[in-house]
Amino acid sequence: MVKLLGAMLQGSLVSLEIFFLTLVFALPLALPVALGRMSASRLLRVPVNLYILVMRGTPLILQILFVYFAPYYLFEASYDRFTAVIVAFTINYAAYFAEIYRGGIQSIAKGQYEAAKVLGFTRADTFFRIVLPQVVKRILPASANEVITLVKDTALAQTIGVAELFRVAQNASARQFSTTPIFVAGVFYFVMNWAVSELFLRAERKLEYYS
Amino acid sequence: MDVVTVDHLSKSFGDLRVLTDISFSVHQGEVLAIIGPSGSGKSTLLRAVTHLETASSGSISICGTRILDRGVYADKATLRSALLKLGLVFQDFNLFPHFSVLRNITEAQVRVLGRGKAEAREVALALLEKMGLTGKAGAYPCELSGGQKQRVSIARALALDPQVLFFDEPTSALDPELTGEILKVMRALAAEKMTMVVVTHEMGFAREVADRAMLMDGGVIVEEGPARELIDNPRNERTRAFLRRFSQNGPT
Repeated sequence: MVKLLGAMLQGSLVSLEIFFLTLVFALPLALPVALGRMSASRLLRVPVNLYILVMRGTPLILQILFVYFAPYYLFEASYDRFTAVIVAFTINYAAYFAEIYRGGIQSIAKGQYEAAKVLGFTRADTFFRIVLPQVVKRILPASANEVITLVKDTALAQTIGVAELFRVAQNASARQFSTTPIFVAGVFYFVMNWAVSELFLRAERKLEYYS
Repeated sequence: MDVVTVDHLSKSFGDLRVLTDISFSVHQGEVLAIIGPSGSGKSTLLRAVTHLETASSGSISICGTRILDRGVYADKATLRSALLKLGLVFQDFNLFPHFSVLRNITEAQVRVLGRGKAEAREVALALLEKMGLTGKAGAYPCELSGGQKQRVSIARALALDPQVLFFDEPTSALDPELTGEILKVMRALAAEKMTMVVVTHEMGFAREVADRAMLMDGGVIVEEGPARELIDNPRNERTRAFLRRFSQNGPT
């Protein structure tokens, strides 16, 4: 039992690594994607639209397989599985976050931009100092959904053989002819997401000082 | 000297002509009231002069700088520095909700004018005192009444030392009992010879405080003259009809 828990903690570390690295890359990447989606230029808008359509329209599991195997079939080049997982998760989650950002940005009243313009703020100052802080407050609940889904989606990394939590649990389960390890894994995911929910609640509370 | 000069200004939204051949100027130290029925183009005119709308043709000068020359706008830098001489107070305040009252007033001073934080703060606190809002510096806009919000937004505009302050129906979003506090502040500014252009439905205020009044209808200036004279003895039939309707239905 102690050995099992040790292995599962190891697996959790891999899951957490996927989780944090995906957030580190996807959260910032989503911003230019959202702006591209709203761009006045068709040249920018159309490809960004297509990207979001594909990312949201196909299974993440397939995207992981594609990202890992496509370079192999095309150039006979193989690379690290873990890197492939991070790339696939990042481009997938950036698409979802971008749409959340877009919703937030478009919900900011036109009057905020007009007031900023009349006061002489540059476009960058208007966006980063006036619009974005208000967007953050509005998108917190929707982002919490997405981040919680990400915790659970890390289980898909096993598709290309990355030994994350669920894979470890399944292996143990097969060895022991018992479903217990899988339920233990369930508890692990639950605890992680409980922490995520708590963090988001705290962030929301911190921004409650204005409406 | 004329602070603002507008010549033959026209503006269309697609096929819809909303301003037709508008010419007027705003003199230093005067209060100009723009009155007229809803949809007459008053607000659009204000928004065109402050560059929130792009004009289709005509010319606009601000403090001697031509920002629009026969339908062609000046370059970005010229436009920006000239527009900084204008302040605008909105009907629905448009305060920044995530900033405290103080920061609403200091942010543009620091970021746009490059003033030091301490100086910006001093300017802001002095303006708050003038607006009767001492003690509200740390409050957030959501904690204020409509009248207080509008006074903060006037302070925010004044903090940049504009040469002329535009008001777009500054009391239309307020309860009647809060209207008085805004009009009081505007009266005080008029007494200090602040140049102001006020789009308003407050005929009493226009008649009493404004030096000149302009009546707009259907996107044109119908009549222009000394405020009291225009409101008491309108010469134009359309002005008369508007004021008659107004005294029957509208607020007085």
